Amino acid sequence: MDRVKRQLAPYFLVLPGGLWLLLFFAIPMIAMLSLSLQQGDIVNGYQFTFHWQNYTDAIDSYHTQLIRSLIYGAVATIFLIVLAFPVAYWIAFYGGKRKSTYLFLLLLPFFVSFVLRTISWRQILTDDGPVLKPLKEIGLLSDSYHILGTPAAVIGGLVYNFLPFMVLPIYVALERIDPRVVEAARDLYANPATAFRKVILPLALPGVFAGVLMSFVPVSSDYVNSEVLGSSSTTMIGQVIQAQYLVNSDYPTASALSFILMAVLLVGIFAYARALGTEDVMKVAAR
Amino acid sequence: MSQTTLERPAPAAEPAHAARPKRRLGGGTLLFIYTWLVILWLIVPIFVMIAFSFNDTKGRYNQEWQGFTFKWYGKIFEIEDLTKALWTSLIIAVISSLLSGALGTGIGYALGRYRFRGSGTLNLIMFATISSPELIMGASLLSLFVSLALGLGAVTITIAHVMFSISFVATIVRARVVTLDRSIEEAAADLGASAWTTFWKVTFPIILPAVFSGVLLAFALSIDDFVVTNFTAGSVTTFPLWIWGSTRVGLPPQVNVMGTLIFAVGVLIAVITNIRSRSGKRG
Repeated sequence: MDRVKRQLAPYFLVLPGGLWLLLFFAIPMIAMLSLSLQQGDIVNGYQFTFHWQNYTDAIDSYHTQLIRSLIYGAVATIFLIVLAFPVAYWIAFYGGKRKSTYLFLLLLPFFVSFVLRTISWRQILTDDGPVLKPLKEIGLLSDSYHILGTPAAVIGGLVYNFLPFMVLPIYVALERIDPRVVEAARDLYANPATAFRKVILPLALPGVFAGVLMSFVPVSSDYVNSEVLGSSSTTMIGQVIQAQYLVNSDYPTASALSFILMAVLLVGIFAYARALGTEDVMKVAAR
Repeated sequence: MSQTTLERPAPAAEPAHAARPKRRLGGGTLLFIYTWLVILWLIVPIFVMIAFSFNDTKGRYNQEWQGFTFKWYGKIFEIEDLTKALWTSLIIAVISSLLSGALGTGIGYALGRYRFRGSGTLNLIMFATISSPELIMGASLLSLFVSLALGLGAVTITIAHVMFSISFVATIVRARVVTLDRSIEEAAADLGASAWTTFWKVTFPIILPAVFSGVLLAFALSIDDFVVTNFTAGSVTTFPLWIWGSTRVGLPPQVNVMGTLIFAVGVLIAVITNIRSRSGKRG
């Protein structure tokens, strides 16, 4: 009796939460798939008709925004790696006893609402705001110069909002490096640049991979930054999906677009994983 | 802090003319400045938000600096919809963090303690919920609710928040359960405690700090969530949704006041729990 109880215990513990995830994470995906193949409109209702045309129509109408999102995502991710690596490196190797304090400082933005942070940037970068106005007054910039509404503003906002997602995994990877390994390389007459390239960089790569995974996906599907900091010429796919769902109630198109985005992101991740070697991916996934 | 300075080896111990530390210092100083510049950049918008909560602005718009005042802190609850939105956010955050705390602890404990069939699938689903874009989770939930013709509101928001928080709580709890010393539980059993008593009197107090941090994280995720909430809210307005809705017309200073207070409370809780967990480890 007791043994049976012990064998069943994990299932009882897992059941409520697992059911919740099944009902509100897995099944919604199926609902979305079904919706993406339906035909009709909000007034007369929808019918399931295997309407694959939703997908081709969605690609025809919105491939510009989809490609733009992927480009913004890629550019932002490259900026994130370049910006985050030195920070993670310094904290891991020079942070000493204050490592956690520095990490905490990097996480401070998370204590302010995501939307509020982004709007704050809009306030800072506005045409006659605290940054542009003085520069215009001393004649460094022409009066018509603006940052808001440009791709630079959107990508800047994305990089700002997702920087900690890149710093943390790289930091974790660098922190694990045994300093003696680097010393050994130096003792074997590697100069600092070689030691960095041949020892530190390869060991940091899984962290960079995790960082890319954690930032590229949310960055390319974001719609807050492009809505708040962008213009009609920087519309990203997230904005289209949001508007189709919540403004136009065109659910079939919206759900087809969501699936296309998801598929593209998944294919991108796996292609990237293949290029880097699957072993690293499994290690990251297992964490 | 003074204690940490004492623990560090005195720099005088090394010969002053040593070439190696000097060269290291060169690169280190550059990186040190760089790191602080990045931190500064991260803090700028927070600083602007806090500064403008003290702005003596005349109209409803809060764009230009017009002098220092405390008055908005006294008028914090003067905009009725905004106050209501904040309360809605708080209530949803409390309920969803407690619920996901309970459900996530169950999963985390089971995954850390037992080997059972289906644990691989469960791990995979948890990984998927943590790494899925919020947009997709929101969109798929809305698809489900639309298909079921379910009315949207506080309930659907809470359902969604619990969904995306469970995996975070479970991950934190599992990490603690894995490091648990089983011999303590065995000792309790040897002394005649039933499995039930052992769990509540021995195991649970040990994993409680992890449960607590999981609940705190779930609370923070819930109160800040915009994207998933945007899709599941219907006509209900939470704090981030209210801000989003007023972006075009301009934000009143009350938003900055609330943002500043949430920031201050959040930082305070983080610092306190950090200090407590550290002193717990030492003592």
